[in-house]
Parts: sequence; structure tokens; C-alpha cells
Amino acid sequence: MALKLTINKLSFDYTGIQVLKDVEMSVDIGETLSIVGPNGSGKSTLLKCINRILKTKQNTVLIDGKDANKLNLKEVSKIMSYVPQNSTSTFPYTVFDVVLMGRKPYVHWSLSDRDNDIVVDMLDFLGISHLALRHFNELSGGEQQKVIIARALTQQPQILLLDEPTSSLDIRHQLEIMCILRSLTQSKERSVIVSMHDLNMASRFTDRMIMLKQGCIFAAGTPETVLTEENIEAVYGIKSSISYSAIGKPQITPLVTEAYGFRTNYRLIEGKHE
Amino acid sequence: MTTNDEIKKLYGKGKKRKILAIFSVFLALIITAMVSISIGAASPSLLQAIPVILSKLFPFLHINPGSRLAQLIIWNIRLPRLVLAIIAGAGLAGAGCTMQGVLRNPLVSSYVLGISSAAGFGAALAIVFGVSILPFGRFLLVGNAFVFCLIAMIIVYAIARLSGMTIQTVILAGVAVGFLFSALISTIQYLSNSQNAVNAVVFWLMGGLYTATWQGIEICGPIVAVVIILMMLQSWNINIMTMGEDVALSLGVNSKRVLAINMVLETVATASIIAFTGIIGFVDLISPHIGRMLLGNDHRFLIPCSIVIGSFMLLASDTVARMVISPVELPVGIVTSLLGVPFFIYLLISKRRQVWR
Repeated sequence: MALKLTINKLSFDYTGIQVLKDVEMSVDIGETLSIVGPNGSGKSTLLKCINRILKTKQNTVLIDGKDANKLNLKEVSKIMSYVPQNSTSTFPYTVFDVVLMGRKPYVHWSLSDRDNDIVVDMLDFLGISHLALRHFNELSGGEQQKVIIARALTQQPQILLLDEPTSSLDIRHQLEIMCILRSLTQSKERSVIVSMHDLNMASRFTDRMIMLKQGCIFAAGTPETVLTEENIEAVYGIKSSISYSAIGKPQITPLVTEAYGFRTNYRLIEGKHE
Repeated sequence: MTTNDEIKKLYGKGKKRKILAIFSVFLALIITAMVSISIGAASPSLLQAIPVILSKLFPFLHINPGSRLAQLIIWNIRLPRLVLAIIAGAGLAGAGCTMQGVLRNPLVSSYVLGISSAAGFGAALAIVFGVSILPFGRFLLVGNAFVFCLIAMIIVYAIARLSGMTIQTVILAGVAVGFLFSALISTIQYLSNSQNAVNAVVFWLMGGLYTATWQGIEICGPIVAVVIILMMLQSWNINIMTMGEDVALSLGVNSKRVLAINMVLETVATASIIAFTGIIGFVDLISPHIGRMLLGNDHRFLIPCSIVIGSFMLLASDTVARMVISPVELPVGIVTSLLGVPFFIYLLISKRRQVWR
């Protein structure tokens, strides 16, 4: 059973610097939601607040109507899992061991055959079985991302949170990761919340979008309603043209213009330092 | 294509290999112990040692322990020293291993919280002035060293707590507190009128197992044993901590609490050892790394492996220290480094796979 997540007047500041202000949103069962916005607009912070990595006030994060502050870390970790922007370990482990860590909320000391079976199934689901005994830090960025998603799924969450999972990947791996995320919500047993930079990817693969500007929600809704030329200009400060391509979703072509405070024609100033 | 069953089988095989590695080191430890007990300035052999030990351990069997001299040398001199070497090596290596894990730093030793200098300061107070902060009676020196370790840990914990309890603040606070206490040691040495007392402090700081007694072992043995078990129960948490604080939290591991628990465990283990032996370095830093090279970073296996390696290293070094220019003996710390460093460098160069970054 998937759960409904509600965010109610959520604000957060890092010792005085306001990062999120009165964010309100809800995620329905089986939905894929993307969070977009410029660097520093609060996407990662919002995900961390939802996951309780960062603490917020009472009754700001509600799971099926219940205050998430009343749950302990372990209870939260059985409901939600989190895929960070980049994962490194000082002391690297094998892929199998990394994915096995996802069983932590369910076991204390000894693992059952079932735990191993779940790990093996997840590796299989993500098509990385052949990497099982390799060292995690020897893998490519795309492979590492899949391993971390496998770990998150091994947690058997109802809500999966991902922080820019495609940002450092090539186009093939980006598509692959997005297709994986799509398939996760098809059974309507899980919701996915994913922060993204690539607006076209977000438009194509997510049901609903939330566009953040300086810690506030600027626009929310379907990709068609959020991705307008006006919104993009207001939030990112660039002109763009929206078109509807063969996939039937809005696609953005950013336009380069001198009118928005940055130079379009960078040239080294030669001769000045001689 | 690798099938699911194959992966499980291969993974299981890897686990068995790890257990085998721990067992091999353990075997080396047993052999070293047998050599150690039968080597020394006076020389009752291994064959003479066995009945002595059996008769003491199982008095109801009525085994003839052999000559009085053999009994004295084996039971009162060599065996306590051997047992203390095993306990000290185990505790220090376990503390080093867990601390490197929770602080995500391969350079960290069991003295990272400044407790070596703190213990030294406590010892120096006792040696030079005969003062202690609690009435310890004949355990004046030992008690003082132990208590100052705990004080150092509490100071480090308080500083770290006030500044957000991140791993960086713990390490920096530990280094700072260490410097503070070593300055205090120097002050005591500088102010002392007695050359003998100053020498005694220097000697204590060098560390060694020559002071081993059964009374000491009865105190530190059980403490170290309990702490080691508690450390091993932390191994899953430590594994997850090495992936970073955010990931730990999202997996339901309260990393600040795990850090605090491990700080207490490692301080109690280290303090209860060095209070009796003085500062013995290197074993705690290097044993975990040798363990990593043998079987990787999974702390469920790494902690027991480091512990056995620590015992082995310290016992082997102490045996060499006793016999190399017999009847005079070298401080064990010197031998540990002289033997351990070349071995470690060899491992560092010969191993192709990175075990830390």
C-alpha cells in the first residue's frame, strides 16, 4: 500500500539563512513528481526535509495525515528511501554489500536468506547483476547511480526520493534511469519524488512538476501548465520557446539573448596582461 | 550472464574466505603464543609450560606442575605478559578500527580523542607529585591515567556537541585536547625537581608490557572483552556511517548517536589498557588497515579480524622485544614500528586494489 504525502507550510533555514518558505504540496499514491528550479532554489533541502534528514516543525510533513515528527528514524526509513546526489564511501564496499545496507531498517545483526534474495532481485531488476561483486567505487557514474537506486528499493519504500539522479549521466543512462523510475510507479504501490535540472526530461517522464524559486513554490501542476515561457523567464531569467514534439509533452528550447544580464559572446581579453 | 543463484553462491564464498582469513590470523596468534611462552632469559620449554598452565587452570585435575622455578617463570612472569599483550593488542586494534570507521578517516588511531596525552598527564601527576583526583590507593597511577582519559573524552564530546557534532569537529577537538594535555605533561616535567621522576614519566609514556600482573589483567581483561562485544554489535551501523551522514539517517541510523556510543566504547577500551601499559602506538592504527587488505571493509568481519591482528602484532613484537638483545629488553612500541612498518609498506605496494580513498 502506498501512502499519501502532504507538505504543510514547510519552512527551513540553515542558521538564519532561509532556504524554504511556506512550501505546500501533496503527492498522491503512485505519482511521479519532479521538483525543478535553479541552483540554490531549495530542491535538495526540500527532499532532505521530507526524508527527515533535516528536522522541521511539527505538522509540516504528514504521511497519510500523521505527523512525520512523531515517527522515529527507523519507522521513516521503512516508508521512504533517499538517493543522494552523489555517493562515495571512504572505505569502499562491494556492490552487493552496498545494496544489502538497504536491509538495515529490517535487520539488526544476522541476515536471513530472504534479505539476500531481495538484494539479488533488485540487482536483477536494475540489470546490474554482473556487477554484484565489483567494488562500488570502481564503477562508472551511471552504474553507481543504479546501485544506489537498488539500495533504495531494497529498503522497500512506499515513497522514493531522488536528488538529481540524472545530472552527471550521459543521455543513454539518463533515459534508462528515468524509465526505471517510471516503471516503479506503474503498479501504483509507490510514489517517486525526484529533483531535476533537465526540464525536458522532467516534462517527459513525470506526472506533475513543482517549480521552486528562492525557496517558494512558483508554479505547480502538470508539465503543460508549469513549463510556460513566462514561468521559465521568471524563474531562470532566460527566454525560451516551448514546442510540442512527437512525445506530446512540452519541450523547451532556451534562446540566447543579451537582454538578460549575461554576455553571450565570451572572448578572452587579449593583450591586456602583457 | 550471471544468474541469481550464482551471485548468492559467489557472495557466500566470499564470506567464507573472510572467515578463513580471520581464522588464519588466529592460528598465527596461537603459534606465536606457544613460541612466546617458551622463549626468554631463563628457559623453561613449551613442554614444561603446558603442565604449569593446565594445573593452574584446572586444579581439580591434579596435574603435576613440575619444578617451582618453572611454575614461577611461566605462571607469574611470562603468562601474564602474554595475556596482557593479547588483551592490549585486541582492545587497541578494535578501538582503532571502529574509530576509523565512524570518523570515516583512515588516519585516525585509538588516540584520536586526545586520550594518550590525557593518560600521560594523569600518570605524570601520580609519578611526580603522587597526587590523584580520586582515592585509588595502590592503583594510584593506573586510576589516574584511566580517569584522565575519560576527562579528555568528555571535553572532546562537549566541544563537538557545542559545534554540531560533526566528524570534523570531533577530530579537531581531539587533536586540540591532545595538545593541551601534552603541554601539561611538559609543564610537569619542566617543573619537577626530581630527575628520577622525569625519567619515570618518559619511560611510562613509551609504554610496555613488563608491568603485567594478574591483578591488572583481572581488571582490564573483562572490560576489554565486554567493550569488544559491544563494538562488534555496532558493525552494521559503522558500515552505513561510512556512506555519509545523510545516507545513514535515511537508512534509519542516527549517526550522531552511533558516533557518541563509539567514542565511549573506544575510550573505555583504550583507557583501561594504557592505564596499565603506558602508551603503545601503531598497533591501533595499522591493524585495521592490514585487516582491510585481507578481507575488505565490511566491519562485521573487519572488527574481529583487526582485533586478532592487533593481538598477534603486539604479542609477536613483545616476544621479539624480549629476546632480541636479551636479557635487556626493548620497549615494545619501538619493535612494533620497526617490524610493522616494513610489512605494512610491503602490503601497501603489493596490493593493487584500493581499500580506501
